[in-house]
Amino acid sequence: MIRVLKAGFYTSIQDRGRVGFASKGVPVSGVMDSYSADLANRILDNSLANALLEITFGGCKLEFLVETTICISGGDFSAMINNKPIVLNSRIKINKNDVLSFGNINFGARCYLAVKGGFLTETILGSRSFYQNITKQMILKKGDVLPILSFNNNLEASNSVIKVSCSYFKSIEINCYKGPEFELLNNHQKEQLLNTIFTISNDNNRMGCRLNEVIDNNLPSILTSAVLVGTVQLTPSGKLIVLMRDCQVTGGYPRILQLTTAAINRLAQKTTHQNLKFILKSI
Amino acid sequence: MHKPPTYKPFGNTAILIEWQAIISEEILNDIILFRDKIQKEKSTLIADFIIGYNSLTLKYTNEISNYSDETQQLQSIYQQDLKRQQTEKFLWEIPVCYDLEFGIDLRELSEKSNINIEKIIKIHSKKIYTVFFIGFLPGFLYLGGLDSRLYFDRKPNPRLKVPKGAVAIGGKQTGVYPQESAGGWNIIGRTPIHFFNIKNENPCFAKAGDQVKFKAISLDEFYQTEKEITENKYLISKKLLND
Repeated sequence: MIRVLKAGFYTSIQDRGRVGFASKGVPVSGVMDSYSADLANRILDNSLANALLEITFGGCKLEFLVETTICISGGDFSAMINNKPIVLNSRIKINKNDVLSFGNINFGARCYLAVKGGFLTETILGSRSFYQNITKQMILKKGDVLPILSFNNNLEASNSVIKVSCSYFKSIEINCYKGPEFELLNNHQKEQLLNTIFTISNDNNRMGCRLNEVIDNNLPSILTSAVLVGTVQLTPSGKLIVLMRDCQVTGGYPRILQLTTAAINRLAQKTTHQNLKFILKSI
Repeated sequence: MHKPPTYKPFGNTAILIEWQAIISEEILNDIILFRDKIQKEKSTLIADFIIGYNSLTLKYTNEISNYSDETQQLQSIYQQDLKRQQTEKFLWEIPVCYDLEFGIDLRELSEKSNINIEKIIKIHSKKIYTVFFIGFLPGFLYLGGLDSRLYFDRKPNPRLKVPKGAVAIGGKQTGVYPQESAGGWNIIGRTPIHFFNIKNENPCFAKAGDQVKFKAISLDEFYQTEKEITENKYLISKKLLND
């Protein structure tokens, strides 16, 4: 078990999300940055399907009520055990009553806490991912107790560390393919779309990320059709929305770009005021 | 007869199949039939099917390695002369209380349209609606077939909180909010029926191709039905459709 002493800004349980329920209108959800989440599970020899804690900007404080081994990957928010700094992307042995806390934000927007064997909260529609009206809660709150297994065997030497390149967090390049309505844009609009350096507005969350800059827009709405995680929609005002993991399954705005899986993960580590530039790839 | 659908890549793990951009039941039936054929041939390769008014999106479990091969296969599956699978379709009867306590926009709609409230209720509850697909929220049914006398623009300022079960009209569409949410449609009543319930093995009873009819009930009946639903004693009335 893990007790939540402080919930932090936005902390939730996530796994690979809900697959097979789109026809009922159920969003996929799941980890925003699957690259970092997979890395944390891999380092612990967990299954990649194991649920983790997705921690946005740190801020949370957790007490371990059992022995275990953990790994933290993704954003660097100065993670500490009992106030001593720990290293990202490595195996950390945890004793009963150890406390995990965070300090300064160095880079990234989300980190992942994997525990040996994964978090064992309720599975609903094949996933433990928190989502409003599907799971009982959306975010952690102070006093929650999260089920995990006790694990007191030693995993192999914990001093090997995997280096993640800094460009993963800092590069502004977001690779994407043409979206279904891309060809409806005229040359001027395509140029604007691919030459503008966009900034992320403060309206960014697990559902999507609105960008500040405007491109000319004369496209009509489409008949409601599928949208996917990573779809870039052009709204009537000319602003763009990049849909993220908790997005709805259908929408009516033109879908002008579709992010690659790797680009979705990179965008998940960006936040308000940061820049991005779309780089068009061919399929 | 409509034109055959066209195919577009939608990222590297999905294919978008599109029909003519019109809302029609003939197209809906073609989409459903095509989905059934694909399901039969490729069920293990596709993680999710998403139906839209004129589209079917296939989300593959893995990256699509050769897009044009895949499209060709789909085209030949489309040509297959599969006898329509007897996927059972139902007509669901949904009790709705149109009392002014719930139908908070009825008065305004009546004034705008010069149709009295009783008549609006009668028109709305007489029609049989077709479920085109489910989207926007878990269990939100896109219903086609609204009487044109009841086309009302969305509210200029969406409400921050529309209650669960609200029955509403937005433009040429009508629908039921399956959970409390923000929303800009005109609210004309409320149903005690849960359109999305994670406790059920099938969380949403309806599916694309089904039909829905609303039945006007009184406030008393609303509370009685709500109680029966809470006690698990209520079964939604349904009729098997033969087509």
